[in-house]
Amino acid sequence: MGMRILGFIAVFVTGALLTYGVADFPKWGDPHSPANAGEVSTYFIQNTKADTHVPNIVTAVLADYRGYDTMFETVVIFIAGVAIMAILRVLATIPPGHQPVQYDPRKKIAYDPIISVTCRLIVPVIQLFALYVVAHGHHSPGGGFQGGVILGASFILIAITSNLRSALRRFSEKRFIFIACAGALIYSGFGLTTLLFGRNFLDYGVLSKIMFDTDEVMARSHSMLGVEIGVMLTVTAIMFAIYANLSSRGALRGGL
Amino acid sequence: MREFFESYIVPYFNFWVYVILMMIGMFAMITKNNLIKKLIGMSIFQTAIILFYVSLGVKDGATIPIYFHEHKEESHAEGTSEDAHHKEEESSHESVGPGILTDAERKQAHLEAGDHTPHGEAAGHAVNPDEFTNPLPHVLMLTAIVVGVATLGVALAVCQLIYREFGTLEESEILTQIKQSNHG
Amino acid sequence: MADQSPVIVVVAPLFAALLAGLIGMREKRACLPLTLLGLVVSLSAAIVLFRRVLAEGEVRYFLGGWDKPLGIGIELRIDTVNGLVLIVIAIVSLISAIFSFRPHGQRDTEKNMHFYILFLLLCAGLFGITATADAFNLYVLVEVSSLTSYALVAMGSLRRGTVAAFNYIIMGTIGASFYLLGVGYLYMQTGALNMEGIRVVVNQPDVLASKAVLVAFVFILTGVWIKTAFFPLHGWLPNAYAYAPTTSSTLLAPLMTKVFVYVMIRIMLSVFGLVWVFEHLSWSHIVVWLSVIAILAGSIIALTQTELKKMLGFLIIAEVGYMVGGAWLADEGLWGFKGAIYHIVSDAFMTSCLFIAAGIFYRRHDCHDIASLDGAFKRMPLTMTGLLVGGLAMIGVPPTCGFFSKWYLIRGGIDSGHWGYVVALIISSLVNAVLFFRIFEIAFFGKKPVEHADHGDSHGHGEEHAPAPAEPTGQAPMPTALVALMLSAGFILLIGIFNGQIMEWISLTVDPLNPFTKTPPL
Repeated sequence: MGMRILGFIAVFVTGALLTYGVADFPKWGDPHSPANAGEVSTYFIQNTKADTHVPNIVTAVLADYRGYDTMFETVVIFIAGVAIMAILRVLATIPPGHQPVQYDPRKKIAYDPIISVTCRLIVPVIQLFALYVVAHGHHSPGGGFQGGVILGASFILIAITSNLRSALRRFSEKRFIFIACAGALIYSGFGLTTLLFGRNFLDYGVLSKIMFDTDEVMARSHSMLGVEIGVMLTVTAIMFAIYANLSSRGALRGGL
Repeated sequence: MREFFESYIVPYFNFWVYVILMMIGMFAMITKNNLIKKLIGMSIFQTAIILFYVSLGVKDGATIPIYFHEHKEESHAEGTSEDAHHKEEESSHESVGPGILTDAERKQAHLEAGDHTPHGEAAGHAVNPDEFTNPLPHVLMLTAIVVGVATLGVALAVCQLIYREFGTLEESEILTQIKQSNHG
Repeated sequence: MADQSPVIVVVAPLFAALLAGLIGMREKRACLPLTLLGLVVSLSAAIVLFRRVLAEGEVRYFLGGWDKPLGIGIELRIDTVNGLVLIVIAIVSLISAIFSFRPHGQRDTEKNMHFYILFLLLCAGLFGITATADAFNLYVLVEVSSLTSYALVAMGSLRRGTVAAFNYIIMGTIGASFYLLGVGYLYMQTGALNMEGIRVVVNQPDVLASKAVLVAFVFILTGVWIKTAFFPLHGWLPNAYAYAPTTSSTLLAPLMTKVFVYVMIRIMLSVFGLVWVFEHLSWSHIVVWLSVIAILAGSIIALTQTELKKMLGFLIIAEVGYMVGGAWLADEGLWGFKGAIYHIVSDAFMTSCLFIAAGIFYRRHDCHDIASLDGAFKRMPLTMTGLLVGGLAMIGVPPTCGFFSKWYLIRGGIDSGHWGYVVALIISSLVNAVLFFRIFEIAFFGKKPVEHADHGDSHGHGEEHAPAPAEPTGQAPMPTALVALMLSAGFILLIGIFNGQIMEWISLTVDPLNPFTKTPPL
């Protein structure tokens, strides 16, 4: 009961503060509010094409101007996967006097040909679409995170429709840890390469030296695709890892 | 009453919704007894913030922040051009326009792009920033969404661990069990 | 490479973590060397960087080379304050990594790879938080460090650790989200995310009265306070640290709260500016009284605890009260402010030392009760010496750093006329004295005589080869653990001895920004 009253007080104080602040807001949709007419956002809208040759401004800001944020965003995903594996991993030796609660044994679900055949047909299409979303992130909404989630979902679909074991046969634990690390390494590797060329971290322009026939602007564009692929790999692997671990309580067998 | 609505509620509609959502989420996080309900509250809470940020970047009559490909949809847009023109005028007269563009408006914007200069193609022609919504909040929120997913995943894993240890997800029952083990 | 040192500090642990993931699957034993390697690289880069800051003044580093106009890219900005904090983080995490070494095949080593990956990423997150000059980037890195710390707390085998981790997640998310919300408000009002960009706009006369900026400040401050466990918002801390695995708590306890106190100071210094905080807002009285409550409450609750780590947890809460209160004292020479920064440095080592000692005891006894320290001085003299140094520093006995930080803080309190703060500080020191002398008494004289304690070969390690028969289940302390303990105890003394030098470095950054002196002292 005390918690409830405390909760009410906290929520009302927060709500009152928020309401107090709203009075000073610029109107919704105002193109001349400080945020919308600010130097930073105007710069992005006006110069992205010249700077990076990427039509999708969001992609350019995400992967280039604020690429450092995005690198750590990938790391956040990576952490989530590692953390879940670490938390749920059944300990090899359980401390004495410790009695974990037993679960009901799971019911076996009968094999259903319609579902499995449908999924076998649909999974390649999903995966192809995922690759399209990644590859076309420069020109349309999309990119590594979105594509990675879709690709991860295709593996999750396999795990749901047949069973976790056959999904893990395609995408084993070792493999998804490896791919997750590799993806994040691709991203940070781009940064390291630029460091080795003597420029600042993630200053992709300098990579035109090792890319064929590109100027600095195109090098940025290509590098963005590169880091998006890295992001995709990490997200795919971790999405599946999260599903596999949560659905089997960390045991990586049985599953839903 | 109408005046109150027009000057306080409508121009800030998104912001009011976000305030309410945020309060709901926070209330659930603090007071709910079930751990999963707390996590649902957490998701609502984080989503409210995303709504807030995205609302910041809205500009009346602007389109998504992607440069158009010149000469691509011109023929497609021709048929609806008049209709679109009409729409455009309408929305510019409204003081509070919707943030979401209709198809016709978007086509109109495409058409204009084809008519004048291909945007961003020639560095000499500056892009009018009012044509595109603010890209920065979208970028920031992509990060926040990812963080939200990651936090939720870790929290669910912890919940599974708690269930394994205590056999329940009700906070009060967990607390009694802890108390008992302390005394015993 | 000196030009690139700001980013190397941050990404070295990141690379080490990713390599640990690639290699660690095949060879678990490679993880610790990689961890040490990554942290040593960070430490050396941090030292190079700090020397550069001393030579050239503030170092600015633009990621991706996006420097103009300000704020389109992400900036790292290092001055003497965060240069110092970077070095402290590197040293403390290195000490903790040394402490973490355990022979292969022991309990929990199953999860070694995961542990070290999370450990390194936590360090990367903390380095990043300290180095960045971008308000949103700070949020991302806060989440990096928070997620890893949730996992590090939940990884333990203690049943209560899981519940503590869950509460930590809930509180931590509220804190981080409040921070994010505050940044959103600032972005709405200023259109900038770079700290300097925000400060310039916020201090313009027409924005000064903005309610939204005020709300932003309140949310950011509350969010950061939740993360620092400032008293009424401390709920998550004691259990999370007490029931976390031993090694995790030696990393989390010294660093997490301290780094977030640094974040508060950075926000006061760079995002809003001291002029705005002290002259426009003038809330310092309220915050200092809040901190007085925090100090007293933390100390008094600590008195009632029977478990060592939990007691230390409440002492941390009192120490956070010192720092928050000190930073808000607003005395003319900003002694409180500088003292708070100095206290970040000294408290990191004190906490590290105490938690390492507590960790060694725990591994030995499998039990946290203070009563189980009975006669521990004879059994584990080196460990107890470490605890003694840490305890004396907490009390504030002269050659240790604890004395000097209290000295500066009290000086700030007297200068600004906040007698309540001064009295709270002194009471808390007395409480610390009571607490630690109780422990020393139990450990020294012990209730039951310990038969046969062999510490003939106390060559710095290997003191307890022959534990008394009635003696506990756990393992003898690893030599590496003792080395780690001695290192942090040594740093407590070093920082105390060189307090003048450290304060001088801190003043280099803080004094020119002092709003109370028109002409900055040289």
